[in-house]
Amino acid sequence: MNITEKILARASGKNKVSPDDVVFANVDKVMIHDVSGPGVIAVFEKLKKTGMKIEKLWDPKKVWVAEDHFVPAADKISAQNVVLLTQFTKDYGISKHFKYGMGQYGICHTLSHEEAMVLPGEVYVGGDSHTNTTGALGAFAAGLGHTDVAYVLLNGKIWFKVPETLYFKLNGTLPDYAMAKDLILKIIGDIGTDGAAYKTMQFGGTGISEMSVEERLTLTNMTTEAGAKSGIIEPDQKIRDYLAQRGASNYDEIHGDADAQYAKVYEYEASELEPTVAKPFSPENVTAARELSSIPLDKAYIGSCTGAKLDDLRAVAKILKGRTVKIRTEILPAAISIFRKAMDEGLVKIFMDAGVMVGPPTCGACCGAHMGVLAKDEVCISTTNRNFPGRMGHVESQTYLASPLVAAASAVTGKITDPRDLK
Amino acid sequence: MKGSAIKYERDNIDTDVILPGPYLKIHDYDELAKHAMEGIDKDFHKKVKPGDFIVAGRNFGCGSSREHAPIALSYSGIKAVVAISFARIFYRNAVDGAFLLPIEVEEDAYKDISEGDQLEIETSKNEIRNLTKNKTYKMKPFPELIGKIISAGGLFNYKP
Repeated sequence: MNITEKILARASGKNKVSPDDVVFANVDKVMIHDVSGPGVIAVFEKLKKTGMKIEKLWDPKKVWVAEDHFVPAADKISAQNVVLLTQFTKDYGISKHFKYGMGQYGICHTLSHEEAMVLPGEVYVGGDSHTNTTGALGAFAAGLGHTDVAYVLLNGKIWFKVPETLYFKLNGTLPDYAMAKDLILKIIGDIGTDGAAYKTMQFGGTGISEMSVEERLTLTNMTTEAGAKSGIIEPDQKIRDYLAQRGASNYDEIHGDADAQYAKVYEYEASELEPTVAKPFSPENVTAARELSSIPLDKAYIGSCTGAKLDDLRAVAKILKGRTVKIRTEILPAAISIFRKAMDEGLVKIFMDAGVMVGPPTCGACCGAHMGVLAKDEVCISTTNRNFPGRMGHVESQTYLASPLVAAASAVTGKITDPRDLK
Repeated sequence: MKGSAIKYERDNIDTDVILPGPYLKIHDYDELAKHAMEGIDKDFHKKVKPGDFIVAGRNFGCGSSREHAPIALSYSGIKAVVAISFARIFYRNAVDGAFLLPIEVEEDAYKDISEGDQLEIETSKNEIRNLTKNKTYKMKPFPELIGKIISAGGLFNYKP
């Protein structure tokens, strides 16, 4: 069995599972946020009316809560949703609630790894489609709807169809102008937005071994954009060190067997990757950044669980150091702990010297919610994950998805720019 | 189960089309139903009758995890969506919330069914009979557990 099959077999008490088996898996961790939380609360209200007992959760210690989509409160309804969510965690004794503006806070997927909320070998579900992100730690991580999350909160388990696995092997070392974002955009361009529907996307090879943990998280994050159920990478010493730095060392890793089966294996040569951009209006609509160098921009956005981790900010700073931006540029670190590290490393000073707006962590403009949405006909280059019509604001705005290096180089010139071409 | 087919000859019908974003704040299920399919078919609410089926192509329900999508269809009267394939979260939400049946068919069945055809779906035989055209199509059987959850009336009524 491969790693995903072994995790699901262990979690469902079976010796062996195969793709297309349907299992009930015990869940180790579950996450809700300020959008899915109120959705789950609505399901609870519905259940209450049927007479079902819902006074207690299966295990409040395994539940954690983030406030990230509409914070700082975008309007009265968003403010009310946070109040509702806070009452819910109080009523059910959930102690791990990352309150916005109280210590550590930020985007749920970023907190999942930054705070070591999820560990290798675990089954982790969340009320958000980018829950896949955390699979880079060697966990099975998948997004669910509100009824399913409510069921997990009350019963501690949920059904899964065991997915087939597509294996993406990266050979060699990424050149210094290419990032994980370029690889995942290339892959989505190759297989399409339903190319991994119902499947797991696993990443491996020498290129992945050499990649930082945060860069790996960019790959698993965007498996969602290929329709995947989950993304996963086998844990190695880098993962162990990363988690140990965050106080987590007690877990039971799972690795695939030597004769693990994969539905299909794809190979990529790191040396052949180049700065890549997904044009409007689909993440599969990819082309080389250099082919788009005539496209003028209104804005650069460096934010989200996909593109505002510490490594992303370091890449941006490398470009912006000693330069100024030509278009309005917004940098929103994905968690306040990452903001702090960026300050300590002097990155925030570089950003501000370049003329950039540096803001608090939020999903905000990535999902067109608030804090920097686009006007009609505006064109944005963004380190985020989706560029469907209206995704970041007006339905007639345009978003180009790119790596932090490309977004920063483009901020400097005001046009889509390959970092190699920056003078 | 008998009803008329409402056919959309397209793939990747996403949740934004099934229930557009501006209505996500609404929690009244009957109110949601008034906006079902508004993204591609403004007349859907007028033409849909209780017991009708939607027939569509590949990857039905792709996009976000919003449960509002199957809820809006269900409260419009739709009992099943017959498609070549479904996006995973829509499929789960439809079954686990007991909102409607997601029924997978081969491409030839999808192509053969026309708007307004009278269909009879018999899940116990994995058959769809087209009463208008006097034809029978195979539906892909539900995996065992999915069939049990459907019979129980949703995940919360299912006893493992």
